[in-house]
Amino acid sequence: MARTRAPERTLLPSDEPLSLLRKDGSPVDDSPLAMPDDDVLVELYRRMVVGRRFDTQATSLTKQGRLAVYPSSHGQEACEVGSVLALRPTDWLFPTYRDSVALVTRGVDPAETLTLLQGGWHLGYDPYEHRVGPQCTPLATNTLHAVGFAHAARLKGEDTAALVLLGDGATSEGDTHEALNFAGVWHAPVVFLVQNNGYAISVPMSKQNAAPSLAHKGIGYGVPSVLVDGNDVAAVYAVVREAVLSGGPTLIEALTYRIEAHTNADDATRYRTSDEVAAWLDRDPVDRLETYLTSRGLLDNARRAAIAAEAEEFAASVRAKMNVDVEPSPDDLFEHVYATMPRHLREQAAALREELA
Amino acid sequence: MSAVSMAGALNRALADSLAADPSVLVFGEDVGPLGGVFRVTDGLAARFGEERVFDTPLAESGIVGTAIGMAMNGLRPVVEMQFDAFAYPAFEQITSHLAKLRNRTRGQVSLPVVIRVPYGGGIGGVEHHCDSSEAYYTHTPGLRVVTPGTPDDAYRLLRDSIASPDPVIFLEPKRRYWAKGELSADSADSADSVAFDRALVRRTGRDVTLIAYGPMVATALETADAAAEEGWDVEVVDLRSLSPFDDETVCASVRRTGRAVVVHEASGFGGYGAEVVARVTERCFHHLHAPVLRVTGFDIPYPPPKLEEHHLPSVDRILDAIARLQWDDEVVGGHGA
Repeated sequence: MARTRAPERTLLPSDEPLSLLRKDGSPVDDSPLAMPDDDVLVELYRRMVVGRRFDTQATSLTKQGRLAVYPSSHGQEACEVGSVLALRPTDWLFPTYRDSVALVTRGVDPAETLTLLQGGWHLGYDPYEHRVGPQCTPLATNTLHAVGFAHAARLKGEDTAALVLLGDGATSEGDTHEALNFAGVWHAPVVFLVQNNGYAISVPMSKQNAAPSLAHKGIGYGVPSVLVDGNDVAAVYAVVREAVLSGGPTLIEALTYRIEAHTNADDATRYRTSDEVAAWLDRDPVDRLETYLTSRGLLDNARRAAIAAEAEEFAASVRAKMNVDVEPSPDDLFEHVYATMPRHLREQAAALREELA
Repeated sequence: MSAVSMAGALNRALADSLAADPSVLVFGEDVGPLGGVFRVTDGLAARFGEERVFDTPLAESGIVGTAIGMAMNGLRPVVEMQFDAFAYPAFEQITSHLAKLRNRTRGQVSLPVVIRVPYGGGIGGVEHHCDSSEAYYTHTPGLRVVTPGTPDDAYRLLRDSIASPDPVIFLEPKRRYWAKGELSADSADSADSVAFDRALVRRTGRDVTLIAYGPMVATALETADAAAEEGWDVEVVDLRSLSPFDDETVCASVRRTGRAVVVHEASGFGGYGAEVVARVTERCFHHLHAPVLRVTGFDIPYPPPKLEEHHLPSVDRILDAIARLQWDDEVVGGHGA
């Protein structure tokens, strides 16, 4: 199989995370990354604002009993939005349960995105409609699906890359390592984006990993690796875009932080300090880009207000959709276990119908 | 038709499927140029190219996980787990994803993946090479689990499994790989064959039904011959499809004979035979003249080669079970009636 990897490209990540915008919103002068075009930057901002509002709305819905649970990605919007907007329409996204904002950014209907957490069914959207694999709850298993999908695309002569999202905890799972190895051997067009948000529920990085960085794990598999500031959406967009267009595998570790607890059911004060959270609030991805866009004259008060209004409108539409009671049919339980319902399931479905009659 | 071994029949089925459908792929450990450790994929890489028949890194979860991704993208992977116990690293991908994705997506994602697993003992294999792992898979809704007992069936079932829109765990009785049999004339046209989720009566008999599958089909047939000398007319049902289970064929046989013994190599406790006994009892109770018995492996880890003969169900042990079917309490019908 032909290798397109440039031989001079190093497999190891940089010592410091790559970035384009400092935490105060000023541009990095000597970044090796190309700053995205102005219209892309404004779009990244718009989608982050809408995404954050969606995330807040979803958390509120858990308090109202409309969602069973919601894992927030507040603070990780640069990863959720920057990576998805870097994809081409033909590319595929393989997300996890924490990536609802990524799904919404990709265009999946918010109500369909939340079906799993609402409890009506295990998945609400058609993966083929927006090229989004099923949100994966078991950790790291989606990495292998992404590699297989991308390899199949290559075998079929299609120019499709797969972006798989995973967290820091998932890098300890065996499937991550098998997937990196398969991707390296097959030179599959897969982008592994590790959102290192500091904690696997409560377990910190120090108990998860002894390598200099998670990105360092790529070299063992011959996979080029990148360390990026995960709260710098311009940088995330740039590195994912380059990885998508590279035609081979890339491991990206994005340093970010989960501002909220693991889910609404978690108590983060048991394992981290408020000072630590405050320090990360100071590195907020949305504020950072907003400062930069304003200083560049790309975002005035009117545009900012319009985007804020759009986010409110989006949240209102989510509320409206989620306030409708969903009553899944018990028949659904049996319908799609097999392509054609076998006799024993027809009997069980009939028995349940009779019981409910 | 000439006699062919089960391994040869499986090889032919793979070749015919690869030739018939360009979306079929064969991959796994050592299945490429070597042709697999049991030579089931012999010659396929040379004939169909290493883009369609290829070796992978040695990682079973990786093999099944990437097969899922490929199937999502329109291909039909046929993957090999080198031995039964070596399939366990893939268990999460099989049970949490392969089996569930159609259901999770309400039928939008179809995963036509076949996982070939050489299983069972009787070949003098050392530890981890002889497990009968069928119950792990049959307990997982969404999977089809099939196992052939003859070369002819190996061909038919594998062709049908590859054509199936559902994921199939295809269990190959490795001790029967080299047993030869005829391929029937219509083997190449699986549409004419018995549906792959139906059981088959391999031998008709009046007195007792032996229910077997995979490696035990031959043992059951041998037992039936021996039982004839003792005066018992034994019917042998080959399940073929362990999941879904063909109640109709099995229960029709038991209703005719009034007695049944289930035979498998796997341990009995919580084993597949317990389900068969329960279903037969629930459906045929008034036709039964004796409890349905099981002849299974002991409830122990698979023994070392020099002790495996004590573990595996033998003709004698099955004959003993038949003898315990309360013939003396005869009321109506059955043996001697």
